[in-house]
Amino acid sequence: MTRSFRIAAATLLGLAIWQAVVTLGELPRFILPGPLSVFATLWTSRALIAEHAVVTAVEVLLGLGLGAGLGFASAIALAASPIARSLLRPMLVFSQAIPVFALAPILTLWLGYGLWSKVAMALLIIYFPVTSAFFDALMRTPPGWLELARVMNATPGRVLWRLRVPAAMPGFASGLRLAAVYAPIGAIIGEWVGASQGLGYLMLLANGRAKIDLMFAALIVLAVLTLALHAAIDAVCRRLWDG
Amino acid sequence: MNRPPALRLAGSATIGGGRIFGPLALEAPAGEWTCLLGPSGVGKSTVLRLLAGLRDEVLFAGEAVAGDGETLSGRVALMGQTDLLMPWLNVTANVTLGARLRGRKEQRDRALEVLERVGLSGHAAKWPTALSGGQRQRVALARTLMEDRPVVLLDEPFSALDARSRALMQDLAAELLAGRTVLHVTHDTAEAARLGHHVLLMREGGLTSVTPPPGPIPRRYDAPDTLDFQGRLLRMLMEPA
Repeated sequence: MTRSFRIAAATLLGLAIWQAVVTLGELPRFILPGPLSVFATLWTSRALIAEHAVVTAVEVLLGLGLGAGLGFASAIALAASPIARSLLRPMLVFSQAIPVFALAPILTLWLGYGLWSKVAMALLIIYFPVTSAFFDALMRTPPGWLELARVMNATPGRVLWRLRVPAAMPGFASGLRLAAVYAPIGAIIGEWVGASQGLGYLMLLANGRAKIDLMFAALIVLAVLTLALHAAIDAVCRRLWDG
Repeated sequence: MNRPPALRLAGSATIGGGRIFGPLALEAPAGEWTCLLGPSGVGKSTVLRLLAGLRDEVLFAGEAVAGDGETLSGRVALMGQTDLLMPWLNVTANVTLGARLRGRKEQRDRALEVLERVGLSGHAAKWPTALSGGQRQRVALARTLMEDRPVVLLDEPFSALDARSRALMQDLAAELLAGRTVLHVTHDTAEAARLGHHVLLMREGGLTSVTPPPGPIPRRYDAPDTLDFQGRLLRMLMEPA
């Protein structure tokens, strides 16, 4: 079986189970609509959904870019400096003990109802996985390479940039792959807490008005966007760093 | 390249309270090829690492110095069992790694010349993954030559190669490293019999110097006196220390 055939088969199976649950359970439309009515809504409300999807996509991409950049820089600072390690690492771990969800209202208070509170949520939610994955990889440079560099009388800065960083790029890549899946979660939470546009806002709105088919349509678009983002980042990472 | 110094190591090494070797006294004459032959686990590689200045985990009581009294740092090149090629650099960039790590200008022309000498002139732009094990080890040899250091430390660099590639690499290394002080750690009696101007047998009990047949290196692998010497080395390894 080819890969695309398997994906198509799994998708069809999922849809069939969904329709079966609706039909056999005799569920009313406002509890769980069937896939056909969801796709019908997806089509009729495509302009509305697209408008909100663009907003969410921008939030996610900005959060992803900024969070990845910040994570990259933090991991390098941590790897380069023992002082940075002793000061920043406990803060980093402590920051992870705070559920990002709990910060969403504060971020909305600080940054307003617009784009930036959602970008900040996406950023915060991916910052730790990116930093942590890249930092771990930076600290695990194969010892043989480091010894070779020492015998070659390499300077510490060059060992970092020419050896440790390139050797750790697969670690950064796995951080980015996680980030691609987490960043939309951050943006959606931000939209739930307070927004006037975006897929999260639309889902909340549809839910409140018992338009469950619209809610599911938005959810499907969100999932497809996340999968596409993950696939794109995976393809780039594979190309650059061989997986 | 400056005048190659002799190498001298005397003392004993422990790790976490356990003895690795010693006390022993080792001397590798200037400008000649010395093989340090012995079974696994007698501390051959530790000797080499101490001379290379990589002594982090080892507690060493004694001295590991150059015979001319000057520091060894900056005068040593190291070639190990694994080629340690960087997968994100092509062959030429791997060969000029040292210059880049020191912040000096890469000498691309010289790198191409060195690659030609190791028989890889057509492979300069390839990636390490596109090379065979033997070719990768040639790149590592080119990188070692590129460093142009008077002392070259070899840690079983050919042990992972097939018999033919190994013999070819031995010939190539003997030719290209001639005139430098080479200390070559190996557990292969055939290799020591071919390459050593001097052969030091390292066993639990300490070092024994064994005189190889006269003549230039590399010795022919099928010459009677080489095979004879190889047999003698193996016999000595089999004896209780």
